Amino acid sequence: MAKFNLTINGKSQTVDVDPSTPILWVLRDHLDLVGTKYGCGVAACGACTILMNGNAIRSCVTPVSAAEGAKITTIEGLSENGDHPVQKAWLEHDVPQCGYCQAGQIMSAVALLESNPNPSDADIDNAMNGNICRCGTYVRIKKAIKTAAKS
Amino acid sequence: MIPKLPFLKSKDPEDKSKVFIPSRRDFLKISSLATGGFLLGVNFQCSGPKGNTITFAPNVYLSIDSDNLVTIIAHRSEMGTGIRTSLPMIVADELGADWTKVKIVQAEGDEEKYGDQNTDGSYSVRMFYEPMRRAGATARHMLLAAAAQKWGVDVSECRAEDGQVIHSGGKKIKFGDLVEIVRELEMPNADNITLKDFSSYKLIGKDVAIYDNLDIAIGKATFGADIDLPNMQVAIVKRSPVIGAKVISYNDAKALAIPGVNRVVKIEGSGIPPGLDKPLEGVAVIADNTWAAMKGRDALEIEWDLGPNQNYSSEKQLQEMLQSTSGNGKVRRERGNFNSARQQAGQVIEKTYLAPFYAHATMEPPTAMADYKGDGTCEIWAPTQHPQWARQAVAEALGIDYQNVKMNVTLLGGGFGRKSKPDFVVEAALLSKAAKSPVRVQWTREDDLHHDFYHAQSAQRIRAVLDKNGNLSGWNHHTVFPAIGATGNSDELHPSDGELGLGCIDFPYEVPHIRIETHESKAHTRIGWLRSVSNIHHSFAVNCMLDEVAEIKGVDPVDFLLGMLAEDKNLTFEGELKGDFGNYGEPLDKFPWNTRRLRGVIEKVAKEANWKQAIASGKSVGFAVQKSFLTYVACIVEVEKGNNGQILIPEVHYAVDCGIGVNTDRIRSQFEGGAQFAASLVLTSAITFENGKVQQNNFDGYELIRMPQAPKKTHIHLVESMEKPTGVGEPPVPPFIPAMCNAIYKLTGKRIYRLPYNG
Repeated sequence: MAKFNLTINGKSQTVDVDPSTPILWVLRDHLDLVGTKYGCGVAACGACTILMNGNAIRSCVTPVSAAEGAKITTIEGLSENGDHPVQKAWLEHDVPQCGYCQAGQIMSAVALLESNPNPSDADIDNAMNGNICRCGTYVRIKKAIKTAAKS
Repeated sequence: MIPKLPFLKSKDPEDKSKVFIPSRRDFLKISSLATGGFLLGVNFQCSGPKGNTITFAPNVYLSIDSDNLVTIIAHRSEMGTGIRTSLPMIVADELGADWTKVKIVQAEGDEEKYGDQNTDGSYSVRMFYEPMRRAGATARHMLLAAAAQKWGVDVSECRAEDGQVIHSGGKKIKFGDLVEIVRELEMPNADNITLKDFSSYKLIGKDVAIYDNLDIAIGKATFGADIDLPNMQVAIVKRSPVIGAKVISYNDAKALAIPGVNRVVKIEGSGIPPGLDKPLEGVAVIADNTWAAMKGRDALEIEWDLGPNQNYSSEKQLQEMLQSTSGNGKVRRERGNFNSARQQAGQVIEKTYLAPFYAHATMEPPTAMADYKGDGTCEIWAPTQHPQWARQAVAEALGIDYQNVKMNVTLLGGGFGRKSKPDFVVEAALLSKAAKSPVRVQWTREDDLHHDFYHAQSAQRIRAVLDKNGNLSGWNHHTVFPAIGATGNSDELHPSDGELGLGCIDFPYEVPHIRIETHESKAHTRIGWLRSVSNIHHSFAVNCMLDEVAEIKGVDPVDFLLGMLAEDKNLTFEGELKGDFGNYGEPLDKFPWNTRRLRGVIEKVAKEANWKQAIASGKSVGFAVQKSFLTYVACIVEVEKGNNGQILIPEVHYAVDCGIGVNTDRIRSQFEGGAQFAASLVLTSAITFENGKVQQNNFDGYELIRMPQAPKKTHIHLVESMEKPTGVGEPPVPPFIPAMCNAIYKLTGKRIYRLPYNG
């Protein structure tokens, strides 16, 4: 066990955990931030996507030891009421079906738009390739990203 | 008792439902609803599994409180279809509620209170459209009567709108201010309840956003794994790698040495047959947190007796199944005399079709929380499609009365049939009892892919006979696949009538000589039902074959099928079937098999997709039509090659006749998603077994369609209809598969006889 000082959604927090613990489980099991989801554990589905210093990372394979000193943003940290432009676009297009993968989709979309405010179709395909949606909401995800890019 | 095929069980609550005012005692039992308000229930009568009539107590509750909040119980499970929104909005629309002031409360699993909650078979809207409207209308009549009484006016001068009653003279009163009067009123006679005119609906037939949209977008929606209880522990289970394997011994010393690991518990498995509602044999590591439990499981040392399936190879079995289809099988449908047609043939076309096992791969792997208390009661929180079955299975496993099991239903991170089975819920209950604390069992993705209830692999052979004039005169379809029933009874070697009614024996075309046969195959794994069930492989074979026959005849496949429908009629298959025709649990007089509606969707999709023009201009387009779950669907898929030679899907057209469209946006979303789901079945996914073990471990081995390869545009053309509404969860999948295969043939010049397509 070891202590880690983390900055999550602008708040400093300390956890005492096994250093190999993926950030995903620190968020879910130790900090009660359950908006970030487990999907595969091997960075193959994107359900666990969060932002580390603004970049999308797969929290299921990133150990907590890598997060010290970094700025972590989870779905809960985007906005209180869903008024982040990407969340608003998601609502406008009624994107979710079951909703389970959507936190990861939204975080990947946020990271994409941070680095590329005007993505082409191909840019969106590339950036979102790591996020699986079994319900098949891809068409609406793409539309929502374009809407968010305009705002 | 749970029938063998829950997705096909007979349900017919519609004609026998009754709206009523619950007793004060019932009222108080519904703690989740506001007290002091007005409460209404719907009493359904459903056919029981043995054909006897069971009367259920209140099925759906509607309450209105003095703060104008209308609360509606959602009693079906939400797994992404939007049903948690679509059924309550039917009630709200008839009521005249202000939709923004409606609160939806998820029902716990309780057959006595809520009637049937088994959410599968694309049933929910079909079953509950009428009862929900009647519930809303009854409440509206009572509110109108209350307002009329208060104002001293005639009730006919009042109407309900946006959460208030409005008098023709302009007076208005909010629902909440009528609650006290309504509570003193008698229930109106059911015969006096009039439903609204369809054109006056504000929600039904419109696009309505799902209730949970905002919660999902901000990460506050509660799925199975999001439940947190004081003193809870997490369990990760090492399950039998081969069906029927038994633990000989295990060493848990290394697991227990991991900080956070508290206990290791063996789960007694059901063996062979594995059963549809029993856990697999396994060893569970119970820990303070998920990571410790995962590490603990990795450290377990288990010696297995792998049992009789240890040499099972799915490929070997598939080839044997294919071989068997060349011989005579068990005849399941017979019209005319196929052999004589064959003898007089101008040409016999014979093709075989293979499809693999598929896993559900819901994005949320199975998970459930159980809190077994010392007093012999157990409370569960689970993402289950079938809360009542889960409740019964838990009670049975714990040896307690089901009344002592409280089954809370969370949102489901996908279902597709996987979460109908309660095995994972039972695991949580057993482990909570052993650990004497709340335990949440968490399946990893590897667990999910290794221990699913798979869609069965299949082999089919179709012989199409063209007579001397080139007309299709004979159709001989052989199908073989391990039956779902074999998961509970190893002696079931042939597909059931129910499974054959899904796209096989219901072959609707005017062919004078038809023979449909099945062959024996054993289940060496757990077989379940996946979104549209055996329609998946039947539609693939039948529609790919019809496309090929049309080509050989030199006719357009759309024209070919329209021609073979002949005059409009209702099909009964009478005198031809050797068993029962399930018709998805509905009597044929209520939901006829109508060829006019099939023709309608074929013509519509061809028109909307500019089929003839697309063909003429050389586009790689494929067509197929498949009625399933009582919904008529025709599909045209266009494919092209991407830069790396991969198959891309620029456009999909669906024509859909599902009767009245209740929530049109959710109908479209089911088809958008269904196309993508089916594209995975065609292009990327397969489960295989060697030495009894599943060969795919995670999404790198069991691949799903990702955004770049997913259909880019999906157009849904709804047939305007006042026919009874039918479901749309499953019907998008069956026609897409062959339509896409037929399109790939146009692109590559190679017919697809085996799924998945691998170039």
